[in-house]
Amino acid sequence: MTSLRTNRYLIARRLVQTAVMVLLIGGNLWGWTVLRGNLSSSVVLGTVPLADPFAVIQLLAAGGLLATDVLIGAAITLAFYALLGGRVFCSWVCPMNMVTDLANRLGRRFKTGTGSRRVFGRSARYFILGLALVLSAIMGVAAFEAISPIGMLQRGLVFGMGAGWLAVTAVFLFDLLIQRNGFCGHVCPLGAFYALVGRTALVRIDHDHEKCTSCMDCLKVCPENQILELVGQASGSVLDGVCTNCGRCIEVCPDAALSFSHRKHAMSLESGGS
Amino acid sequence: MAAGKGIDRRGFLSRLTAAAVGGVVWGGFVTEGKSAALVLRPPGALPEKVFLGKCIKCGICVEACPYDTLFLAGPGTDAPTGTPRLLPRDVPCYLCTDIPCTAECPTGALDVSLVSDDGGRTLDVNKTRIGLAVMDYENCIAAWGLRCDACYRACPLLDKAITIEHTRNERTGRHAVLLPKVHPDACTGCGLCERACVVEKAAIFVLPLEVALGRVGNSYVKGWEEGDESRIDGTTGPADELDSHPLDYLNSGDLQDD
Ligand code: SF4
Ligand code: SF4
Repeated sequence: MTSLRTNRYLIARRLVQTAVMVLLIGGNLWGWTVLRGNLSSSVVLGTVPLADPFAVIQLLAAGGLLATDVLIGAAITLAFYALLGGRVFCSWVCPMNMVTDLANRLGRRFKTGTGSRRVFGRSARYFILGLALVLSAIMGVAAFEAISPIGMLQRGLVFGMGAGWLAVTAVFLFDLLIQRNGFCGHVCPLGAFYALVGRTALVRIDHDHEKCTSCMDCLKVCPENQILELVGQASGSVLDGVCTNCGRCIEVCPDAALSFSHRKHAMSLESGGS
Repeated sequence: MAAGKGIDRRGFLSRLTAAAVGGVVWGGFVTEGKSAALVLRPPGALPEKVFLGKCIKCGICVEACPYDTLFLAGPGTDAPTGTPRLLPRDVPCYLCTDIPCTAECPTGALDVSLVSDDGGRTLDVNKTRIGLAVMDYENCIAAWGLRCDACYRACPLLDKAITIEHTRNERTGRHAVLLPKVHPDACTGCGLCERACVVEKAAIFVLPLEVALGRVGNSYVKGWEEGDESRIDGTTGPADELDSHPLDYLNSGDLQDD
């Protein structure tokens, strides 16, 4: 029972991730109409369009004059994530999250992936994001979509993997052996895009300094633990857009010092909590 | 302080180099995936270059097709990964009158106006131009003089897109050769003929229009066809660069004096 409680968000995330993919797969294989298409663009119940806003922006950069359906779809998706936290996509929807979470869990167990030579810095993803748009404009195609391992995985699950396993395995091994949280936390331009979108999110992690005993369990599980700097120092919201709202820190905290909450005024670390 | 700056500059330069190298490698991958000259696209697809700039790889066209004609290209194949295509020898396009693949495309990469009359209001699947059926008469058994009209019978635009030409069988001197002939003005590129062809590797097959068709250019005009000349309106040639009109030469004093 306790393990159920201490994994409640993890279980919920796996259920949501799996449900989204199963609905998409059912849409292709068995003609279900709940969700048809894939994570790049889909239709809910045959009426509401959804689309990957980053893919749409790449196509616009590539010079494609897109039809309104996909533009409306991208706007709906964008609004959804802007409210709930951009990287909610990363930890609650993206199927690659299951792959990298596994790699990182194994990496923690076997102490791999933390060599002294870091291949990518945390800001590399923003350069890659910029590069994706520049290359899209030069080449006339959506540049990240052309090589995205996420695209290959999610398309592969719905429409057949082919050689897509190679790309997924490469991501897994990179995270496991070379750099912990390497792909999602350093490289992925889609995550970077959603981090920018999430800067105004209303749902955020809230830290209660009064309850915190500074055990730092939260920092061990957080894939972006540089953003938990306020833990043990001050109360307030985790405002950084790279927070994926995965809720892992909440469930591992033995002191209930972390919780989901609405966005709160930023506490400056210098002035301390109040 | 100075040392710190040095490291910063080195860090910046190495980052810049990494970005440049990464950009070139990445660009190379994308070019690789762009060269898809022989890939057949679903009905209503815009010209390949424009199509690739619009398709978001959602696969909605694939799901819309009731015949499982379409599929998304896998990574590392001869088409850009995730883009929809068909292989008519496996499953041809059955030319649905409601063209669900094109109608449901959310991006306009498949453009309804290309497969409809009066600006997109009435769908007309016969306007589909997936490609053009091309004959290999060397391996067509009908061209050998055997009796086969499988492609002709399979064509949904029978007697328009494929006709049978009766010619004399010179080898026997007493039989006819019934030769299938494709007409590009009517052929939709659906590939039902390619599917039906009875020889081991089809002797009639669909190629993308860009590959299958030549181009006359501006040097030749069908003088007997009304309006064909308008095709070269506004074009210029060597005659336009002369200082004087060619007729001036005939009227010039030089010629008259001789
Ligand atoms: S016209 Fe019909 S058979 Fe042809 S590709 Fe589209 S949906 Fe499939
Ligand atoms: S429906 Fe349109 S955007 Fe989606 S895969 Fe087909 S052609 Fe591409």
